[in-house]
Amino acid sequence: MKIKVTVTLKNGVLDPQGKAIQQTLNGMGFSNVEEVRQGKYFEVEVNEKDEDKAKLKVEEMCKKLLANLVIEDFKIL
Amino acid sequence: MKSSVIIFPGSNCDRDMDVALKKFGFENQMIWHNDDKIPKCDLIVLPGGFSYGDYLRCGSIAGKSKIIKSVIEFAKKGGLVLGICNGFQILTETGLLPGVLQQNKNIEFICKNIFVKINDKNNKYFKNIDKDILELHIAHNEGNYFCSKDELKMLNDNNLIAVSYCNNNGEINERSNPNGAIKNIAGIFNKEKNILGMMPHPERMIDKYLSGEDGSIFFKNLLNNLK
Repeated sequence: MKIKVTVTLKNGVLDPQGKAIQQTLNGMGFSNVEEVRQGKYFEVEVNEKDEDKAKLKVEEMCKKLLANLVIEDFKIL
Repeated sequence: MKSSVIIFPGSNCDRDMDVALKKFGFENQMIWHNDDKIPKCDLIVLPGGFSYGDYLRCGSIAGKSKIIKSVIEFAKKGGLVLGICNGFQILTETGLLPGVLQQNKNIEFICKNIFVKINDKNNKYFKNIDKDILELHIAHNEGNYFCSKDELKMLNDNNLIAVSYCNNNGEINERSNPNGAIKNIAGIFNKEKNILGMMPHPERMIDKYLSGEDGSIFFKNLLNNLK
């Protein structure tokens, strides 16, 4: 089973890459772009038939490795 | 005094550290990341570099490597653990030190000499050191130290901010902050002050002609403190 996860910076944490992307978009003429936050996306293939169990496992993986909870939040899609 | 430098795939300051430690009298051994145990020693060094290609987050994969269990065990018993640059990133990823090293504020890889002010000498690393400001070298893309307000308060209240970026007069201000680190933090201790993580590289400042010798002062002093 494939579980999809996004990891994003917490609100208030500086995201210089997102800021650079936003400024570039503004420069390209997308003047209504006010903010860009960059994150990560994972597809985790788990050998498990039960979706809830698979998601629970992936949640543990997020807490232990995929996300750094000091600055990042994760979301299992 | 015996020291151990851990080598991860992608470490690139491991041999510089080996040279520096031996130059000032440490009996150093190199330890492979996939080993189970670290032979008896007085100091463990996590060197700079780009362990595991900085995949996922800097230091995150090394922070889960096989040898790290022994490093944590050693540190919890009070053993001295020094993490330089990527080593500092690994220490935060293992949870041995609070906070995280984020990408530099200006999104640039920074490679230059800087000055740091030693904030606390009540520890094995800086006790008796006869300078307050050291000129050291930094080379990193992720050196922008960040932590929560509570953690920052905890660091301040316990004098755990080991070194701060400053100018050559020791003034700590925004202009002397190369990477956007919160409160100009360049290095921190754990509560017991046996673990020191810092971005600057003392091992790159050990030659009178090539670099300057503030790194020499650091290593000589550390060795004396351990004797």
